[in-house]
Amino acid sequence: MSKADTTDAETDNGVIQSVSGPVVTARDLNARMNDVVYVGDEGLMGEVIEIEGDLTTVQVYEETSGVGPGEPVENTGEPLSVDLGPGMLDAIYDGVQRPLDVLEGKMGSPYLDRGVDAPGIDLEEEWAFEPEVEAGDVVEPGDIVGVVEETVTIDHKVMVPPDYEGGEVVAAEAGSFDVTETVVELDNGEEVSMHQEWPVREARPANDKKTPRTPLVSGQRILDGLFPIAKGGTAAIPGPFGSGKTVTQHQLAKYADADIIVYVGCGERGNEMTEVIEDFPELEDPANGNPLMARTSLIANTSNMPVAARESCIYTGITIAEYYRDMGYDVALMADSTSRWAEAMREISSRLEEMPGEEGYPAYLAARLAQFYERAGYFENINGTEGSVSAIGAVSPPGGDFSEPVTQNTLRIVKTFWALDADLAERRHFPSINWNESYSLYKDQLDPWFEDEVADDWAERRQWAVDVLDEETELQEIVQLVGKDALPDDQQLTLEVARYLREAYLQQNAFHPVDTFCPPEKTYLMLTTIQTFNDEAFDALDAGVPVEEIIDIESAPQINRIGVQEDYEEYVEDLKAEITEELRSLY
Amino acid sequence: MKEYQTITEISGPLVYAEVDEAIGYDEIVEIETAQGKTLRGQVLESSEDVVAIQVFEGTSGIDRDASVRFLGETMKMPVTEDLLGRVLDGSGRPIDDGPEIVPEERQDIVGAAINPYSREYPEEFIETGVSAIDGMNTLVRGQKLPIFSSSGQPHSELAMQIARQASVPEEEEGDDEDGSEFAVIFGAMGITQEEANEFMEDFERTGALERSVVFMNLADDPAVERTVTPRMVLTTAEYLAFEKDYHVLVILTDMTNYCEALREIGAAREEVPGRRGYPGYMYTDLAQLYERAGRIKGRDGSVTQIPILTMPGDDDTHPIPDLTGYITEGQIYVDPDLNSQGLQPPINVLPSLSRLMDDGIGEGLTRADHADVKDQMFAAYAEGEDLRDLVNIVGREALSELDNKYLDFADAFESEFIDQGFETNRDIDETLSIGWDLLSMLPKDALNRIDEEFIEEHYREDDSEREVLEAAD
Repeated sequence: MSKADTTDAETDNGVIQSVSGPVVTARDLNARMNDVVYVGDEGLMGEVIEIEGDLTTVQVYEETSGVGPGEPVENTGEPLSVDLGPGMLDAIYDGVQRPLDVLEGKMGSPYLDRGVDAPGIDLEEEWAFEPEVEAGDVVEPGDIVGVVEETVTIDHKVMVPPDYEGGEVVAAEAGSFDVTETVVELDNGEEVSMHQEWPVREARPANDKKTPRTPLVSGQRILDGLFPIAKGGTAAIPGPFGSGKTVTQHQLAKYADADIIVYVGCGERGNEMTEVIEDFPELEDPANGNPLMARTSLIANTSNMPVAARESCIYTGITIAEYYRDMGYDVALMADSTSRWAEAMREISSRLEEMPGEEGYPAYLAARLAQFYERAGYFENINGTEGSVSAIGAVSPPGGDFSEPVTQNTLRIVKTFWALDADLAERRHFPSINWNESYSLYKDQLDPWFEDEVADDWAERRQWAVDVLDEETELQEIVQLVGKDALPDDQQLTLEVARYLREAYLQQNAFHPVDTFCPPEKTYLMLTTIQTFNDEAFDALDAGVPVEEIIDIESAPQINRIGVQEDYEEYVEDLKAEITEELRSLY
Repeated sequence: MKEYQTITEISGPLVYAEVDEAIGYDEIVEIETAQGKTLRGQVLESSEDVVAIQVFEGTSGIDRDASVRFLGETMKMPVTEDLLGRVLDGSGRPIDDGPEIVPEERQDIVGAAINPYSREYPEEFIETGVSAIDGMNTLVRGQKLPIFSSSGQPHSELAMQIARQASVPEEEEGDDEDGSEFAVIFGAMGITQEEANEFMEDFERTGALERSVVFMNLADDPAVERTVTPRMVLTTAEYLAFEKDYHVLVILTDMTNYCEALREIGAAREEVPGRRGYPGYMYTDLAQLYERAGRIKGRDGSVTQIPILTMPGDDDTHPIPDLTGYITEGQIYVDPDLNSQGLQPPINVLPSLSRLMDDGIGEGLTRADHADVKDQMFAAYAEGEDLRDLVNIVGREALSELDNKYLDFADAFESEFIDQGFETNRDIDETLSIGWDLLSMLPKDALNRIDEEFIEEHYREDDSEREVLEAAD
């Protein structure tokens, strides 16, 4: 956020009337809803959230200790906006887009001080601008007028802001400019620079929202294999603490095949954000080997940072995501965790003494969640390019109980549900995504892609795996009562096959250098190996081989080691042959 | 400094007073009663003509004639290295008859958030000497790892054992490059005099007191003071860690009492309550405490937190453990069943977790095989636990040979690995070696989570190689 000019005569400044935590009321402040104001002698940033008579209520994005009545409130007359332009990738922001590295330098302290502001992008850094239009071309709002190499991975497209009128290009020059300088001039006097501002609570316009048909390939077997999400899709990851929400989000941020990742750490742990900051620059982008940070923008509003900025960080993140979508990129946004965001709304709401809805959450909780997830999608942009924003939100239900309002309201909107399970986590089955409860409504529309790109029996094989796992769940109930040995041979064999599905296919070691990323081809081959074992084993059983002998074959346990093989194709080929040979030798 | 005799309302821990000047939010207040007693409080809400004050020592004795003084500053903690070896009350005043404390600095107790960009990721292994922690849920410097317990469990003994034994392996070898020292800060909130005595006796017996600072808010001390105690503790911890280069271990007990105090204030202010009557901002409030653990780039010290909380009804979905678990980097469960079986420490490793473990173990940190051994033991113990239920129904004979081995493993795991006693200090090699003894009870090909190379190196082929015999039967 950059400090806007406050010369507008319409906007009158006021004085503080009362202070209660992050909520401040001011008298005589002539402001509109959602205007940004600077509160107190220290100029703490805040936003107008209620107007009643001559009393205006402001939520303050910084700690309010020591702020007292009578201090001034200065109105900027502008809504809460983000600075958009080159420099957002490889950056780390707080909830109102203040760059944390710049703040550290400005404050000269590892602690976050108050009243220090910094623009979201460096206004002085120069970028080599390469125009894509020339004098005489007619451009419309949203049109791409030039390109800047933002990072090694991403070319930043400079666009005509959506709220411009557009017109004929008068001048467009290549050269080195800072983001405030004009790079393209239009005949109606409009000047395009590399810098735009956009109010965070408003979705950036697009022409059309389309049905997503390409998967966001994550390299995680259970996700790609059983519950895929589309580029432009929405997903929720609810789970109790310790079930692996954050690791799953990190895995997606590392390996998902999106062009841009916006990672929003909303009210979560400081050390987790530090881990991202330290790891990502060293990790390689699986698509091109560049540093992962070159495609990543981080927003870190940890749990001990001001609660009002936690409320806004989700919007800051999605606005940045939409901006890159406008350039024609596929963007994936991870929000960890949306529950903390909802709690921030609850906290502000209760300080406003609003009538609470379910469990103290404000009545508008469902509407806000829906608005957020609706900003995701596969779009045709106003400049004719196609881009997507995929939104993946972690949910932290109290006590792991999915019937609470945030989980329930989220499930009504999102189309992919990855249910994390404390029992699985307890036995260190990771990722601890429960295959019975999870679902993906994108499955059918994504199958054609998998069939074209990976294998034409992708959907069939998946269905086979799902059936086996379902059958196992039923059989386990019986086993709990009578023990495994009381089951007929064929059912015992099914349990054995299901065990390989669980241990080899569904489990994946995020901390193993090879297993951490599993391309869809490998996911597919692993499944076919288990199915080979299944088919051969049942043939052997039919031929009269006792089930104990089948289960005891030496080659089968190697299925569990496919995940860690780098040259998996050869390994799988050999293993299939070995399993077949060994089982056939039994009869 | 202006004095007011304008108290309009006294309700629970809150006092409302009329003012005619601007009073800052969170400012410190002194209230002098007619009897000459001085009470301290803090501004909870400030408007132009009336302020709400939360009184730390309780409001008894205050009447409408009492005089109110606003000190014009927020709550500060006087800090100095000389605090080591001292015993203070819950508001930071010495109660040990020692010399007066001359502060080097006075620091705001509300502590600003550490810029996530300035943090350093914690990955230095702390050896606690407790196998269930070192082997299965490793603690690292700068982590916050609470103990989830319930009433009547020996969580204090466990905390004392950790405080006594905690060390970082390199330091023992004497090649500690940063020369940092180890300090313990103990914050008691609402615990009984007896519990407090146990801690104090242990501190004195082991000579730990001289490298400790003790803050005591006992059960009969004012409840509202408890909301200040942990902030005092953490301010002191940050000062010693980040300005004096100490590795500080903070033990806070009992967080449940702290949360009760928050609820009391919330109720007195007639706030809209969240779950079970606790205030809706409890998550934020707890985060402001727990997040003060960590390491900072360019500073040698660290703050490691071990908060202890007793779960009401041993229910971890209760708001206090629930919100805590969402903020802290894991948790250690003290289990009543294991305790009644006499295990010391009665740690249930299955629901326990250390989130920072994976980066703090392995080659060069602990041992290369550590992660695999841990994974395999978790899986095997979980399997054994499951089978126990089944055995109750169908009996041991109905189970396969392998299943019986898992059952034996689970029994031996508890008796050999977990039950080490509160006085035993095991180094990491010993812990892992016991782990291999136990894993060798299982057939080699059941060890599917361990790299073949490690199996080759450590698996005990022969029964006689084992130091521990199969304990169960």
